[in-house]
Amino acid sequence: MNRYYFDHNATTPASPEVFQAMAPLMMTVFGNASSIHQFGQEARGELDRARRSVAAMLGAKAEEIVFTGGGTEADNMAIFGAGGHVITTTIEHPAVLQAAQQLPEVTFVKVDRQGLVDPQAVRAAIRPDTKLISVMHVNNELGVIQPLREIAEIAHDAGVLFHSDGVQAMGKLPVNAGELGVDLYSISAHKIYGPKGMGALYIRKGTELRPLLYGGPHERKMRAGTENVPGAAGFGRAAEWVIAESRAEAARLSVLRDRLEQRILTRVTGAHVNGSAAPRVGNTSNIRFDGIDSEPLLIGLDLKGFAVSSGSACSSGATEPSHVLAAIGLTREQARSSVRFSLGRSNTEAQVDALIDAVVEVVSRLRKLAPAYV
Amino acid sequence: MSEHTIAVAMSGGVDSSVVAGMLNRAGERVIGMTMQLWNQKRLPDIASDNATGRCCSLDDVYDARHVAQLLGIPYYVVNFEDRFEAQVVKPFIDEYLAGRTPIPCTLCNNFIKFDQFLEMAEGIGAREIATGHYARIDWNGDSRRWEMRRSVDRSKDQTYFLCGLNQDQLARELGIPTAAKPDSQEICFVPNGDYAGFIDSYFKEQGIAPTETQGEIVTADGKVVGEHAGVHHFTVGQRRGLGIAAAEPLYVIATEPASKRVVIGRNDDLLRASMHVREVNWISIAAPSAPLRAEVKIRNKHAAAAATLLPAAADGTRIEVRFDEPQRAVTPGQGAVFYSGDLVLGGGWIE
Repeated sequence: MNRYYFDHNATTPASPEVFQAMAPLMMTVFGNASSIHQFGQEARGELDRARRSVAAMLGAKAEEIVFTGGGTEADNMAIFGAGGHVITTTIEHPAVLQAAQQLPEVTFVKVDRQGLVDPQAVRAAIRPDTKLISVMHVNNELGVIQPLREIAEIAHDAGVLFHSDGVQAMGKLPVNAGELGVDLYSISAHKIYGPKGMGALYIRKGTELRPLLYGGPHERKMRAGTENVPGAAGFGRAAEWVIAESRAEAARLSVLRDRLEQRILTRVTGAHVNGSAAPRVGNTSNIRFDGIDSEPLLIGLDLKGFAVSSGSACSSGATEPSHVLAAIGLTREQARSSVRFSLGRSNTEAQVDALIDAVVEVVSRLRKLAPAYV
Repeated sequence: MSEHTIAVAMSGGVDSSVVAGMLNRAGERVIGMTMQLWNQKRLPDIASDNATGRCCSLDDVYDARHVAQLLGIPYYVVNFEDRFEAQVVKPFIDEYLAGRTPIPCTLCNNFIKFDQFLEMAEGIGAREIATGHYARIDWNGDSRRWEMRRSVDRSKDQTYFLCGLNQDQLARELGIPTAAKPDSQEICFVPNGDYAGFIDSYFKEQGIAPTETQGEIVTADGKVVGEHAGVHHFTVGQRRGLGIAAAEPLYVIATEPASKRVVIGRNDDLLRASMHVREVNWISIAAPSAPLRAEVKIRNKHAAAAATLLPAAADGTRIEVRFDEPQRAVTPGQGAVFYSGDLVLGGGWIE
């Protein structure tokens, strides 16, 4: 059976170039980047090169990049590093949401029915003790793009730091940290065809932030722990791909995504695109099928070879209704009937057409079994 | 996948693992699925790390996933928590409050394992399901009915809990005999068998005050002899926990939810020569129109007692049972299952 991957917002396969960049750093150039000797210097050279590539991807300086063990760690650094009252939103990734819930003083700003944050609602939530505003750039489930520039202006007018979780924006949108006006910006390698367990936090020069991990003086004392040189090198190579090719790739995927949505909406009655009226990245489609439980739809598609996703996985691996879909005002039932398709480099027009046929087939089978839907 | 895909309900226990393995070895296309039914962390008062009789723990899922990986079969955890609460947990509590002693396992089999799971299996393209139950299911070409029989090893037989399955449900279940030890007989979502503690915690979560279930303990002639914390702490035949000193042993004879009274009496007061059974589901035979001899089980661990079944409704869905010998602690809410030897004739709920 052929298998087709339509879950690129969950993760992406490392590209051959990324793998080739990493392989020698496991066995040959294995030194500790903090060591003084030649082994260490070689490793340091690779680490610095990777940092320059990642910085270039964000239009930033190399010294503004702190490598972390992934997007979640970068988000946690931002949320816990500023102190004081924090403002964030109800549609954040759990890496921000769950971290913020640990804080003594936090305000969650609601979003509208399209999943958009109102900058004026953020402004209204600012208090004298507010130290940080955190609003994600692109929502992982809906693909909706938030108005970061406006929120950044509001934050800076109030003298508050502005963080954005940019994990889902990289490679899908042109990102320039300076133009966006962010002080802190989290990114992850495995969403852009890089390795898992590798992320970074952009920290605008001059921004004061407490570290999360204490230990050795690595990463300018911002992140203790021996540097993951192979991971960084893979991340750097992935960033070079983003700089060179992601704009054309995003345009290609956007055409495929529109084809997917148009054909599904035409062929399946009672199908709706969640967040469709908001600006969205071009690879993501979150579709609600009236009267359908997403769980058998997802499993049915998987057994036909199509990998898609729904909601968020709980610790057992069962799916739970998405907090993002609840936040945009969908009922529990509607949230349970939504599925996310996220396209990437491996997807072709023929694959998309096969996916459409499979969705039509599984949805009609499920509706026959549940005659409640008319 | 082919139309002959079989979905195996995997609990992480031995039985369902063996079933999945046997079908896989027989060359069938097998999918493993675990039903997430209840969040054990939900009621913090009774949450415990070393409780027995827990369903849906992460350890169970880990075990089931591990077996699926060893077999090389697709494996999914499906979330049935909403339906389980609505169709098993809430009726379980309502039954106690109505003065009956429920068996949630039968409700779970009727509405979850052989209904929603079956629907899920069909939805994903499987034709049949397999579970790790101890029972035998065969097609009888003469009567044109699916018949159910007790398992070869009677000590492991689970037909008592399967008496609510209809012909369509039986047609989709593959009867797989296994030779391993049966799963726990405890109520899976109640830690340590403390169902009263579970109900108290659930009430607390739902904002129901304890005073709403408290009442008096009385004798059969209406004399008040004590107080109790809620009718759900008592079941017919129970001796312990009454807190009343008496010359001879005292037992719960009945619980009366309307007056919130618990009636107590002597052991002899527990004997009943007959009972009525409602919502009877006929399995191996069609509903009888004339009196019928059978052996009747009134609890899972009860040795079936000889009795005559008298139809009390024209369609056979209500039955009067007359025991040859009076039976102790006939408990409203429990299942009554009718057998003829190993053959499961049908069953329903004790009124």
